[in-house]
Amino acid sequence: MLLSDKGMSEEHKMFLEGIKKEKRVIKISQVILLLVFFGVWQLAANLKIIDTFLTSSPKQIFDLLLKLSENGMIFKHLWVSTQETIVGFLLGTTIGIITAILLWMSERAAKIMEPYLIILNSLPKTALAPVIILWAGAGFSGIVVTAAAVSVVITIMTVYTGFKNVEEDKIILLKTFGATKLQILQKVIIPANIPIMISAMKVNIGLSWVGVIVGEFLVSKAGIGYLIVYGGQVFKLDLVMTSVFILAITAGIMYFIALWIEKKVIKY
Amino acid sequence: MRDISVELKNISKKFHTIQNETMAIDDISFKVYEGEILAIVGPSGCGKSTILSIIAGLVKPSGGILNIKNKNIGFMFQKDQLYEWRTIFKNAVIGLEVQDKLTQNNIQKIEEMLENYGLGSFKNHYPSQLSGGMRQRVALIRTLAVEPEILLLDEPFSALDYQTRLTVGNEVGTILRERKITTILVTHDIPEAVSISDRVLVLTERPARIKKEFNIVFNTMETNRTPMKCRQSSEFGEYFKNIWEEMDVVE
Repeated sequence: MLLSDKGMSEEHKMFLEGIKKEKRVIKISQVILLLVFFGVWQLAANLKIIDTFLTSSPKQIFDLLLKLSENGMIFKHLWVSTQETIVGFLLGTTIGIITAILLWMSERAAKIMEPYLIILNSLPKTALAPVIILWAGAGFSGIVVTAAAVSVVITIMTVYTGFKNVEEDKIILLKTFGATKLQILQKVIIPANIPIMISAMKVNIGLSWVGVIVGEFLVSKAGIGYLIVYGGQVFKLDLVMTSVFILAITAGIMYFIALWIEKKVIKY
Repeated sequence: MRDISVELKNISKKFHTIQNETMAIDDISFKVYEGEILAIVGPSGCGKSTILSIIAGLVKPSGGILNIKNKNIGFMFQKDQLYEWRTIFKNAVIGLEVQDKLTQNNIQKIEEMLENYGLGSFKNHYPSQLSGGMRQRVALIRTLAVEPEILLLDEPFSALDYQTRLTVGNEVGTILRERKITTILVTHDIPEAVSISDRVLVLTERPARIKKEFNIVFNTMETNRTPMKCRQSSEFGEYFKNIWEEMDVVE
């Protein structure tokens, strides 16, 4: 039985204190690691140990970030890429899950498709990006389709495997009540796989960014990928570094949103 | 003569794999009467569960005839098979939901059952928060919710620890007797079979055939018989010994 707060023993207090302390140590170490990384980088730049023309420096990145934020440029580019990523992510994930459902509906279709899915999965989808962009259009649509293509096959495979791994007796149980195939899908297969679908989404956020950046490398007039390519071409490495920095933060934020949704959805 | 609820005539079942075929059940015939609790015992892997699957219509027999008076069947498994993403209440009503019978009246009945079986305060909990015995009780409520005329129990207590198993077995056995539900219990636990059932069928090794039949009557308790009282009665040991000898378990 649980003891109330007042009835908590000294030993238990110490136990909780220990856990809190450990968490704090880890958080602080993480921040220190980051500060040391930037500190050493800046120090090396100041002492001219590294060539800031090639490596940029935290200060240059920060200054550029301020400048780009003031004229609003960075937000325009960030918005373009984020839009592409979200649309590509939704497209890839939705098509992936729907396809997995269709394959579950027909085991024969799944068996027929298996070798093609395996080959498509091992193929680097970015190799198809130039073709996709020719087909879907050089611009927003081409980039979005590239982003979707990167995540769709792995989604199909992960989610379908999850569907197949649902314990047989859980399905038989519903059959004993006379459930139809659609009811089995609704009441067992899909709810049992919500955790798998969410973890596929977490992976897909990263994959969609890969697709978007590659797409922007190839055809864009705006976006983070565009800034990176442009910066590289005119040897403005601080622009490249700043873009990557922003990319890291945005991708991180999207991942934490997915984590938050996971907590909201999975209560058991 | 009592009405027959389920009748199997010369039922057999073969399982096919690419390498070979196995005879799981060979020429099984028996009747279950209405309101009777029949236990089927036999060595592990002898095809006991297959018999239940055939009666439930989940598996087609290779030969023979199956007569069932009423097709409203409830099935309980070795594991409780509660859906961990559903609350206890939502788990209990899943059968009603599937059959589109979620009426106010039925919901109230479920609430009462949960209350009666000591689960009232847990109805909004998730299965992972409950003990094994409580979970198996939820599984029973889920099964009884659709008011089955025939109940098929496939080693329903064997995943529980010994103490819980005795308690839950006692509860379930008592409930079945009270409600006069026709029941077929498959188990390898002889004391469980003797304490709960009216009749025990002993099966042979695979391919399963009926080896012997025992009528389980406790003279000391014609009425209000409970599994726990049966276990304590003097006749219990005798039944156990006789069935044990028929099982000829080679150790």
